[in-house]
Amino acid sequence: MTEKEMLVDYLLRLGDNSLILGQRLAEWCGHAPILEEDLAITNIGLDLLGQSRLLLTYAGEVEGKGRDEDKLAFHRDTMAWRNFLLLEQPNGDFAKTMARQMYFDAFQYLQYEALSKSSDPQLAGIATKSIKEITYHRRHSSNWVIRLGDGTLESHDKMQTALNELWGFVHEMFDMDDVDNAMLAKGIGVDVAALRPAWDQYIEEVLAEATLSRPYVTWSVRGSREGKHSEHLGYILAEMQFLQRAYPDAKW
Amino acid sequence: MDAINTDAPRDDDALEKAFQTKVDAETRIEPKDWMPEKYRHTLIRQMSQHAHSEVVGMLPEGNWLTRAPSLKRKAVLMAKIQDEGGHGLYLYSATETLGISRDEMFDQLHTGKAKYSSIFNYPTLSWADIGAIGWLVDGAAITNQIALCRCSYGPYARAMIKICKEESFHQRQGYEIMLTMAQGTPEQKAMAQDALDRWWWPSLMMFGPNDSNSPQSAQSMKWKIKRQSNDELRQKFVDATVPQAEYLGLRIPDDNLKWNEERGHYDFGEIDWVEFKNVVSGNGLCNRERLKDRVDAHEGGKWVRDAALAYAEKQKQRSAAAAA
Ligand SMILES: [Fe+2]
Ligand SMILES: [Fe+2]
Repeated sequence: MTEKEMLVDYLLRLGDNSLILGQRLAEWCGHAPILEEDLAITNIGLDLLGQSRLLLTYAGEVEGKGRDEDKLAFHRDTMAWRNFLLLEQPNGDFAKTMARQMYFDAFQYLQYEALSKSSDPQLAGIATKSIKEITYHRRHSSNWVIRLGDGTLESHDKMQTALNELWGFVHEMFDMDDVDNAMLAKGIGVDVAALRPAWDQYIEEVLAEATLSRPYVTWSVRGSREGKHSEHLGYILAEMQFLQRAYPDAKW
Repeated sequence: MDAINTDAPRDDDALEKAFQTKVDAETRIEPKDWMPEKYRHTLIRQMSQHAHSEVVGMLPEGNWLTRAPSLKRKAVLMAKIQDEGGHGLYLYSATETLGISRDEMFDQLHTGKAKYSSIFNYPTLSWADIGAIGWLVDGAAITNQIALCRCSYGPYARAMIKICKEESFHQRQGYEIMLTMAQGTPEQKAMAQDALDRWWWPSLMMFGPNDSNSPQSAQSMKWKIKRQSNDELRQKFVDATVPQAEYLGLRIPDDNLKWNEERGHYDFGEIDWVEFKNVVSGNGLCNRERLKDRVDAHEGGKWVRDAALAYAEKQKQRSAAAAA
């Protein structure tokens, strides 16, 4: 991979994370447990969608092959997607959606905080703009984890189950590969492995307040950055890309 | 009975007379003011139905949110649906000022006692439907709501003023989708025409029965809840929309539609009222799904709301204990 290709890949990783999670949140539309929550989830989904548009647009510009945000969003197949496995997991119940969200929000907060100091001014600008949104997302999801954990017996059980079910997906967020190392060396990217202790500490504080325990799960899966996804992503894309694929000549 | 007693109006009559004088003088009625029970009930029915329509209306549009054809369209649609949810919230709060809780209103919706706009019982089958809904359904809603901005009940009138601004934005966005498709590939143009064919008549039905068939309207007009009749509003909508369809190069599915120079309005065909009653009474394609989606969201979310309440209660006890 050339350096330019690595930067494109790096930007896609960031943009794909935001887009796939935003797409998942869109599935909640009209179905949330409280009307206020419907609005909050849509709000967060909109933020994520906005981030992904900036990042995919920038990735397309760096690549210089004429791919815009929509070309990248609607004309890539599963293997070319770089989002975390965690984010393509189905919404499940409200507890599962909030567990997924908190795991990611806590990670993205640390990641974007570091990215806001990136030597790439455009990426630093996107991160700086996004960190305000992520601060709100993280507070929102953490508050729900606390409320559900320290709510009723039923909600406590559901929250603990959700945290356990998704724990095996969090580890790959902190993996460093060649692209990460190259971007780190250039001052563009982040040492995500170094973020793990801060992430662990944050999660532990929330779980303690929520009277929940840190999941004890021995399995872990990884590989999204090489395009090794779960079966879920194909269906997300089939739905999301339908119109662009069915009518390739059309402008919308 | 002596003369004084028979001639003196009963308290309610006096109050009602004073109420009507106030309404006639265009003084807004506020929640704490005295109002006839029937006025209160008419408003609760109309406003809660309006709130339910905003919320149920999120579903047919949400049906295309995950399939929007570009990221920009997805963002615009997401923001629109969020606006509609916000309208719902705002209207539920306004209705609560009349002495009914949101839970009671939900209960009425879920048991079928309260209605929502029947237009949302039609399915969204193509992306052009999202354009047609914005253009026609939001367009019809604005026509109604502009009139409601002058409603005699203060909280409702104020809610409408706030909501109207957003609705006109939705209408323009919907029209823009239609314009893009009408100028697009032959397949897109066909989708746009098909959407107009399916949504035109249901949009006209949104204004309710003909004036001659709307017995409650006269009282609502007298109370200035309504300021214009169903047929007047429908005519206004048709007059505004026909030129827009012409600009799109699409055909409105009505053979009787033509400009009437003498009236200064468009003449248009008769609505199929059998179809209207049919869908209202449960025979639309999506009646059951729409209601089931709302009931499932509410019942399925009960454990979440219970947890939030339990947590809030614990927090209250903890801070009381800390203060002691
Ligand atoms: Fe609305
Ligand atoms: Fe609207």
